[in-house]
Amino acid sequence: MTTGTHDATLRDAAEAPSDATTGIDMGSAERVHRRDGSAVLRLSEAEALDQVSDPDNPAADERMILNMGPAHPSTHGVLRLMLEMEGETILRTKPVIGYLHTGMEKTAENLSFLQGPTNVTRMDYAASLFSELVFSLATEKLLGIEVPPRATWIRMLMCELNRVSSHLLFQATNGMDLGAVSMMIYGWREREEVLRFFEKVTGLRMNHNYIRPGGVAADLPDGWRDDIRRLLDLIRPRLDEYDTLLTGQPIFRQRLQGVGVLTPAEALALSATGPILRSTGYAWDLRRDEPYLAYDEVDFDVLVGTYGDSFDRFAIRLDETRESLRIVEQILDLMPTGDYRTQDKKVTPPPRARIGESMEALIHHFKIFTEGFHVPEGEVYVAVESPRGELGCYLVSDGGPKPYRMHIRGPSFVNLQTLPHLMEGGLIADGVAIISSVDPIMGEVDR
Amino acid sequence: MTYGVPETTSRGQRVLHPSPDQLIGTVTALRDDGFCTAVDVTAVDYADHPGRIDLPTGIAAERFELVVMLHAHQRGERVRLRVQVPADDPSVPSLFDLFPGTEAMEREVFDLYGVTFDGHPDLTRILMPEDWEGHPLRKDFDIGSIPVQFKDAPVVR
Repeated sequence: MTTGTHDATLRDAAEAPSDATTGIDMGSAERVHRRDGSAVLRLSEAEALDQVSDPDNPAADERMILNMGPAHPSTHGVLRLMLEMEGETILRTKPVIGYLHTGMEKTAENLSFLQGPTNVTRMDYAASLFSELVFSLATEKLLGIEVPPRATWIRMLMCELNRVSSHLLFQATNGMDLGAVSMMIYGWREREEVLRFFEKVTGLRMNHNYIRPGGVAADLPDGWRDDIRRLLDLIRPRLDEYDTLLTGQPIFRQRLQGVGVLTPAEALALSATGPILRSTGYAWDLRRDEPYLAYDEVDFDVLVGTYGDSFDRFAIRLDETRESLRIVEQILDLMPTGDYRTQDKKVTPPPRARIGESMEALIHHFKIFTEGFHVPEGEVYVAVESPRGELGCYLVSDGGPKPYRMHIRGPSFVNLQTLPHLMEGGLIADGVAIISSVDPIMGEVDR
Repeated sequence: MTYGVPETTSRGQRVLHPSPDQLIGTVTALRDDGFCTAVDVTAVDYADHPGRIDLPTGIAAERFELVVMLHAHQRGERVRLRVQVPADDPSVPSLFDLFPGTEAMEREVFDLYGVTFDGHPDLTRILMPEDWEGHPLRKDFDIGSIPVQFKDAPVVR
């Protein structure tokens, strides 16, 4: 297979064999439990040290505990795995996390709601706009304010482009992990083009602090449509090149097909979301099934896999990039005019010109940026579909200007639980392919 | 009342308020009712809160609150369970047997809040080092007053 299509693997959700309407035994966690004992290694560091094999006893040599990471090139940052090995075969796995834990949820309790996005944007640094979005949506829900349509559509545009850049990063690192090192350079190259557009709009390549409660930080710059058209013309043919380079490549397929298989019931029992859940053939995408922003006004397909293996996860992300570009193209025509942030005086500071002429405006501006605006008491949970799955924000306010509690439900953190189940019985070389296909971002795992 | 526990809404979202003893029964009933996945488990420490107005009558406010979010995909329905957990006995039954995906989330709550989960297969610290003392997300765990705790670090003066 050398063409760019892989219809045999990916199907549109409408014809998927087991989507949300067919009868998967949803409640069944039994299979996961059966596998739990054989897949998940529950061993503390001290116990692992006790298991160091005795060189004089040949029988004790057959099983060993192998440490992988936290500074291993294929662990995507600082993921550490304790692997119980028998020869080359992985028996049980324990992901050890926390190496990047900086207490961001605690930090959030000491930042005002306006400062909040600067904090959460550093969690999933490859898809930072999604964290800003979910925090802003939660704050707006507590405030009970509506943002203007243009702000909503700018958010959608930026998030879909962020999904493109995040999936391009996945293609780059996935290729590199599997030995296709040139893919790494191509993936970074295309991602950089998207980041250059982000820099033009937000001022920063990453960690933008662009989506804020009440709207976005700034309107799109002049000529943004031309920039987007240039991006679309540039990236689309390059995705076809990826197909030539990877999708139809027999060695690449053999490294991925049938490696790290998950069933829909297992994925649901393990709370997996995003490409991991969809790769099992279960069509579930919050953009379609629980539309937020204006996703019900654009046309796109939810892509699902068939086998739930690493190749499906790779192919889903590649084709989701195309779907995101399709959404971006529609936004070009549908982008409304108007304000890019709400005119609610409580949330939005007065314009710069007013500050020079009005004492009240100056005081108001000062109050919003020092004390912050007060958010009514209450608690709320909001979720969006990030490139890695369901990204949620649980926000509690006590009526003050700072969140009483801010919790981010990170899809990487939850999806990491599938790792032992995916790796069980596989080879250590396949383990690298599986970690890569789960695509964890450790900044979000550890927070 | 739903499944025998009080129900409220918060900004249009469904919230159930089971007691720790009712938790397993309520979650089991919800699971059998189509709530196919446990989205999230987290907690809140209400020690510093000026006074809570969103609890239904008959539910006494306690220091800790366990928050469980479930999702019924087929109906597109979400539900949130808020369990009051007393500070003198911060212990709740584990949901691991119903939803194995809550394993890491419960470990996180244990690590950061010190709420223990009965029946959890591996209740150890997950984000903080294994030998860390205290539970950082508790409100009485101050920022800036923490001596750096690292294993085998020499004392520098």
